[in-house]
Amino acid sequence: MAYLPQTEQEVKAMLATIGVQSIDELFAHLPSDVRFQGQLKIPPALSELELTQHMEDLAQRNVGTHQKVCFLGGGAYDHFIPAVVDFIASRSEFYTSYTPYQPEVSQGNLQVFFEYQTLITQLTGLDVSNASLYDGATALAEAVLMCLSHQTGRKRVIVPQNVHPEYRAVLATYLSHVSAEIITLATPRGIIDADSLARVVNDQTACVILQQPNFFGCVEAARKISEITHAAGALLIAVVDPISLGVLRRPGDYGADIAVAEGQSLGLPLAWGGPYLGILACKEAFLRRLPGRLVGQTVDRRGQRCWVLTLQTREQHIRREKATSNICTNQGLMALRATVYLAALGPHGLRAVAELCLQKAHYLRERLQREAGFQPLFNAAFFKEFAVAAESPAEVKTLLEIATDAGFFAGIPLGRWFPELANALLIAVTEKRTQAEMDRLTAILASARTRADSRAIDRKSSMTPSSQRTVQVE
Amino acid sequence: MRNKQATQLLFELSQPGCAEAIVPPCDVPSRPLAELVPPEELAETPPPLPEVSEPALIRHFINLSQLNMSVDTHFYPLGSCTMKYNPKRNDRLAQLPGFANLHPYQPLETVQGLLGALHALQQILAEIAGMEAVTLQPAAGAHGELTALLIAAAYFRHRGEHRTTVLIPDVAHGTNPASATMAGFRSVQVKSNAQGLVDLEDLRSKLNAQTAVFMITNPNTLGLFETQIRRIADMVHAVGGLVYMDGANMNAVMGIVRPGDCGADMMHYNPHKTFSGPHGGGGPGAGPVAVKKHLADFLPIPVIVETAPGQYTLDENRPLSIGRVRSFYGNISVLLRAYAYIRTQGPEGLRRVSERAVLNANYLLARVRSFLPVPYGHHCMHEFVASAMKIRASRNISAMDIAKRLLDYGFHAPTVYFPLVLREALMIEPTETETKATLDAFTDTLKAILEEPPELVHEAPHTTPISRPDEVLAARAPILKWTPASESASGRSGV
Repeated sequence: MAYLPQTEQEVKAMLATIGVQSIDELFAHLPSDVRFQGQLKIPPALSELELTQHMEDLAQRNVGTHQKVCFLGGGAYDHFIPAVVDFIASRSEFYTSYTPYQPEVSQGNLQVFFEYQTLITQLTGLDVSNASLYDGATALAEAVLMCLSHQTGRKRVIVPQNVHPEYRAVLATYLSHVSAEIITLATPRGIIDADSLARVVNDQTACVILQQPNFFGCVEAARKISEITHAAGALLIAVVDPISLGVLRRPGDYGADIAVAEGQSLGLPLAWGGPYLGILACKEAFLRRLPGRLVGQTVDRRGQRCWVLTLQTREQHIRREKATSNICTNQGLMALRATVYLAALGPHGLRAVAELCLQKAHYLRERLQREAGFQPLFNAAFFKEFAVAAESPAEVKTLLEIATDAGFFAGIPLGRWFPELANALLIAVTEKRTQAEMDRLTAILASARTRADSRAIDRKSSMTPSSQRTVQVE
Repeated sequence: MRNKQATQLLFELSQPGCAEAIVPPCDVPSRPLAELVPPEELAETPPPLPEVSEPALIRHFINLSQLNMSVDTHFYPLGSCTMKYNPKRNDRLAQLPGFANLHPYQPLETVQGLLGALHALQQILAEIAGMEAVTLQPAAGAHGELTALLIAAAYFRHRGEHRTTVLIPDVAHGTNPASATMAGFRSVQVKSNAQGLVDLEDLRSKLNAQTAVFMITNPNTLGLFETQIRRIADMVHAVGGLVYMDGANMNAVMGIVRPGDCGADMMHYNPHKTFSGPHGGGGPGAGPVAVKKHLADFLPIPVIVETAPGQYTLDENRPLSIGRVRSFYGNISVLLRAYAYIRTQGPEGLRRVSERAVLNANYLLARVRSFLPVPYGHHCMHEFVASAMKIRASRNISAMDIAKRLLDYGFHAPTVYFPLVLREALMIEPTETETKATLDAFTDTLKAILEEPPELVHEAPHTTPISRPDEVLAARAPILKWTPASESASGRSGV
């Protein structure tokens, strides 16, 4: 079973038709000073069996969420993926096709993207969705660029500190050469303080970014923030968790102008961070500034309803340097997965998943507080993710190691991005987590803390009799 | 045999009450939602998504799949897109649970196998490029272009130089000028000469102290190797600029020409093309960027580094870095497929891939040019561009007509009307994975189409699920989503 299908005989016949003696002659016009002499220093070829063994060996050196119980979030979540999603996404006709330049032989993809666009507008409550971007972070950067080009003369972008740190970093990269100013709004209480926002938003503000629920999992007062933003003539970009929209109000319902989201939760494997899916939807007023592919409905010559790529004059292959973005296609296969996922769940399934996340997350936070002495970092309401305080960065490290050894990815240390929160852990709970898993995690952490406490008391008994925990709230 | 239900939308198939029991009842004590979340943030009802049963869902999507052409079902000579066969082993291996089930924030000690593969891929890509350092992060080719141009901007800023322009040949992909704009540069177009190569005089007249980068695709989009590449690089370097190689067409030169040896300072790869990643109906791809040593400090963070033999970590502390270009670390499963592909080919195999891609293209060229003009040359690299200008004049058959008629015969169309320098362009890239028999059948069909009655060709395609769609209507009154009949009846457009 050769990868290259031509036989030696065929190669000879082809060379004869071309009128050359050898394949090498086809490269004879390349100047010798740029010809690579010798052989690439890369590993020798493997047979399929050897490759399989090699890749399996590499895979076995990792420990996945099928082996450890996963309470990690931070923008990527261990949600359940129904079998139909993998089944449909593994159809050759979808995954070995390309962007639908020939609509007559791409109606499958085009209709899926039209359905995707519709589902995203239903999910976000906004008017228009594109056919997807790379990921949540780049979707946010594109949304900010849309606002800056729409809001002529307004150059400030207000970014609360509780927006995903990596999204903020990507935004800073995308704006590094743009005459715009990023104003970071401190969020010491975990959520945006309405008065603080009102003080910074003004007639220079192009847009305000609201992550709902925010990076710490807290639920923001979205309508209030939307009112403050719009009162100053600024635009509101909502960064949302698609699953949360099973229970929380949709961006369109509280007046967001643009919604972006990381679509990984909608049936995409974790895959160490990619490929994921950038969701971007907006009000109709911003349609002409929208980046990326758009599929529209039309009719063919026989009057049949059908689908085509449309409004392509926004795009790089027509508009070149004047395009709304340099993005070339969409994340087709990932958009297909999200489409199948949302269709499989339906409104009630999505609500059920969201409610399970919400209830279970509250159950775990309460148990961790009551039985393992973890104080919540913030008092605000939350959805499926929450932050708790440990005693010190060293304790965070120790507890995570103990939990990993016991079979749990227990949380993400926040010190990675917030040095002032180095004693805190971010914990996410999806519908996959069971009461038994959460009880066991609580017991492991509680017992680890008790042991550590007794050692600490022994050590410090001559100096400080009590072991009062201090909780850092900022 | 076609199933008419295929074109109904999910929303039209929706039957309230058809919800599937995918998740179990709650196993922890539940509290009323309004006690947990402020009621004003709670939705009264869930989003109005469709409700379909599992059998209806499967039939819907499988029927839709059958309306697509794909590499696994059809010859797909879409120029510049490198639609080669995607080996199935790569898909299977990239999806092993030990790769697919890794959370981006789990401890690095638990992803050492993956980091090992990615680190090895970085080194392999550096070697193929003839450069020193690689980032795997960019999500697509265009994203790689943007990343590289941001690297160039940071490099000049660090040197205290203010350079504003990016020079781009007129045959370049549209992503090049669009990326230049996004990176804050002004693009300046450089003409092609009569041979379809960069016009050196025009380039010389546009090079100056403002020049930040010259972007070049080599082989270019006409399928021609820029034989003056070394001289071009010297000219750009002489004014202090950097040379960027758009690696879209690397499938022609693996192990034969290394961009770094030609004087390029940076380049991007398209693993979904060159290294056989499936195109997924548009994506996901990936766009790793390789750079020479003098640009390595500016690569986006994090960078995968080896701290001891077989031990890897992420280096985030790089003060000169352009920062992050995406969340997390890259399109990992696309990169793993590329790694698997390269490992099955090895150095000789990669070279043979390029040789066969060039052989197939030249064979097709030799046969096609006997009946359809190929204005730029008697030989090509991995693709060539024919022109329907003559047949348009003599028989009123356009490049678009030919493209559409090919669909009737079960061939995906070539890329049409690109590059813009050639009128009635048909850009044909067969790739290395097609047999002589397929290429012969395609050529015979193409020839036959040119002799068909023009009316028949104008009306093509005749046998596809739909005939030519009205694209003007789609753009004039955009309907970008399905709207319930009750709402659309009230005269509201579907936007």
